Amino acid sequence: MAVAAKTASASKSKADSKTLQGPAAPKPANFTKDQDLAAYRGMLLIRRFEEKAGQLYGMGFIGGFCHLYIGQEAVVTGMKMALIDGDQMITAYRDHGHMLAMDMEPRGVMAELTGRRGGYSRGKGGSMHMFSKEKNFYGGHGIVGAQVSLGTGLAFANRYRGNKNVSLTYFGDGAANQGQVYESFNMASLWKLPVIYVIENNRYAMGTSVTRSSAETDFSHRGASFRIPGMQVDGMDVRAVKSAAEVAVEWCRSGKGPIIMEMQTYRYRGHSMSDPAKYRSKDEVQKMRSEHDPIEQVKARLIEKKWASEDALKAIDKEVRDIVADAAEFAQTDPEPDASELWTDIVH
Amino acid sequence: MPIEILMPALSPTMEEGNVSKWLKKEGDKIVAGDVIAEIETDKATMEVEAVDEGVLAKIVVPAGAEGVKVNTPIAILAVDGEDVDRAGEGIGEAEAAPAKADKAEKAPAPEAKAAPAVEAAKVPAAPKLEAAGDPDIPAGTEMVSTTVREALRDAMAEEMRRDEDVFVMGEEVAEYQGAYKITQGLLQEFGPRRVVDTPITEHGFAGVGVGAAMAGLKPIVEFMTFNFAMQAIDQIVNSAAKTLYMSGGQMGAPIVFRGPNGAAARVAAQHSQDYAAWYSHIPGLRVIQPYTAADAKGLLKAAIRDPNPVIFLENEILYGQHFDVPKLDDFVLPIGKARIHKTGKDVTIVSWSIGMTYAVKAEAELRGLGIDAEIIDLRTIRPMDLDTIVASVRKTNRLVVVEEGFPQSSVGDFIANQVSQRAFDHLDAPVITVAGKDVPMPYAANLEKLALPNVGEVIEAVKAVTYR
Repeated sequence: MAVAAKTASASKSKADSKTLQGPAAPKPANFTKDQDLAAYRGMLLIRRFEEKAGQLYGMGFIGGFCHLYIGQEAVVTGMKMALIDGDQMITAYRDHGHMLAMDMEPRGVMAELTGRRGGYSRGKGGSMHMFSKEKNFYGGHGIVGAQVSLGTGLAFANRYRGNKNVSLTYFGDGAANQGQVYESFNMASLWKLPVIYVIENNRYAMGTSVTRSSAETDFSHRGASFRIPGMQVDGMDVRAVKSAAEVAVEWCRSGKGPIIMEMQTYRYRGHSMSDPAKYRSKDEVQKMRSEHDPIEQVKARLIEKKWASEDALKAIDKEVRDIVADAAEFAQTDPEPDASELWTDIVH
Repeated sequence: MPIEILMPALSPTMEEGNVSKWLKKEGDKIVAGDVIAEIETDKATMEVEAVDEGVLAKIVVPAGAEGVKVNTPIAILAVDGEDVDRAGEGIGEAEAAPAKADKAEKAPAPEAKAAPAVEAAKVPAAPKLEAAGDPDIPAGTEMVSTTVREALRDAMAEEMRRDEDVFVMGEEVAEYQGAYKITQGLLQEFGPRRVVDTPITEHGFAGVGVGAAMAGLKPIVEFMTFNFAMQAIDQIVNSAAKTLYMSGGQMGAPIVFRGPNGAAARVAAQHSQDYAAWYSHIPGLRVIQPYTAADAKGLLKAAIRDPNPVIFLENEILYGQHFDVPKLDDFVLPIGKARIHKTGKDVTIVSWSIGMTYAVKAEAELRGLGIDAEIIDLRTIRPMDLDTIVASVRKTNRLVVVEEGFPQSSVGDFIANQVSQRAFDHLDAPVITVAGKDVPMPYAANLEKLALPNVGEVIEAVKAVTYR
């Protein structure tokens, strides 16, 4: 009897594991010239913006914590290319790139970093807490993992309203070990919520490598207990990200429930501005930069295909630098919030 | 123009640092991203990367220099084919090492430029709460004897009929009809889309509720008891309460967290705790703790309509108690307004929720002793109607607060502090708070009784402040 039961359950779990299989990450489709140029410009804007943010931090214009996105630009840029109007995005505190990808104004983002009245939160949120209702960007959250439940709630609202929108809920390899992530996975799968869990695996949770923090380092499998399929994606290749994003978005929009995308990516800078990053070798960083840089990959393609000359790319670079310089100038000269702002945007 | 490379701030608290090492020498070509120097901050040794391309024209601050103030020029970069020697001389000489100390004095940090310290110190006054009074109940309105349980259910049902965005979620709220039967019948009327059973995952579903609220829905999240909301308190405090402020008013969380709070009966330490003081500490939250069925109904309806996160603390022992509720189509009460339960002249007793049961019983006995007590039912803990309390104290000159929560940093402590600031000259006795005892709730029946406030203690406190 016991044996029979065991066999039955074994065959059941085998059948179940089959139903669990979601879509595989597709082979990256080639970009058109326009797509490559758009991706190049979008990623470059994020990189130059972040370099400038680092510089302003060094000059004391930006205070507190400041987490730069340099190296990971292909993730948000490729994901954004698969979205439609009304799709939401939410992430943790390494959020500047996400905001720029959602077309938020560089001036407003930079001025928030410097704590000025022209910032998206009028200077009251800072680098880690920024939002744009208009652009469907739901933050900007400082507590590791909290945004996963919130993003699941955004998806709940989509299903409640019966719209076709999808919630893009980003978190890192570090947050992937938080308990509420799995509570959210369970509900999202149970209720078939349209949420894409984008796990940005940049290999380090602050200073702890994934192998030192995670029993299962294949993050695409993290939904297995909840019947959430997952795929691993080369997060340094914007084409791979976009192709996979299209599959994932379609999965969600067609009512199949949540899906996990593990983005294999890398941050070049420290965890925050004050992190000397002694936990990894310079060679490791240099190897990623020289062999996998998301921007250089697109640049090489554009030149190889003769879609853009060096001069044309330089012109893009100049245009992007001008935007960033303008944002930085604004962020340094815009006044601080009026003292009366201390008491606004809060119930009494 | 040559570019000055400044001593960077590399941690939230760094004001000065040491130049440990130069990794580039004068005349070296530099591209953006090159590590040019190592700087020792207050926390660590950090690499400094170049932001611009050019040639390192001059090292102004040599390796080994200590205590170099942030924003001091440490090197000069010649860009776009500038003459390296001239770039080096031009700025380098004028602002070289001797000028270093002066420079720090001369060039204030950018923050200081933007906001003089004197102005920053002047804190503008907080806005004052202007809560409306209770709505008039027209003469002849039928009063219906209703339990608190029914009143809460009616409030939710009415608001769900009124607004499609309102839904209720929590453990056992739908098919089980509510662990304490507060959601009885809601599934039948509104269906599973709007009455949502959740798994036992307080942290997760609180976050899902807040996310749905940020997207514009109006969730009512039921905690089977508020003891379990401890698992979810991060989402309540960090996500729900702070988002409106952190987003500069762009988005908030119109959400109600409700459920039984405080001691029930014999459920011991982990299931018997009053969270009034905990949540009342948090800016951005409203905290409501009703006693009567009418207040439960009118305030829950107000809470559901409020655009802010509301903590609605109920009490299991009160669920079955009957009170008169006016039979009106839309009975909504103001949040932040206390109710004078009974007027009196000798002493003010302030309480709320289950605490009111001790206050009411004590008042009856005090009358026999010739003491005419005024009872104020606070109803809302945050924002607090201090005006009503202060006005009463100015009349009675004595104040006793009754609450079930722990004594340290209690709601009563806050009231005593505010009254001492606003009506010190009117007080004829120290304010006494009759609170729960400073121990986890014991299980044994006799010990549990001792741990809670009781009518005798309220009477003793009143006698003490009236010097009887």
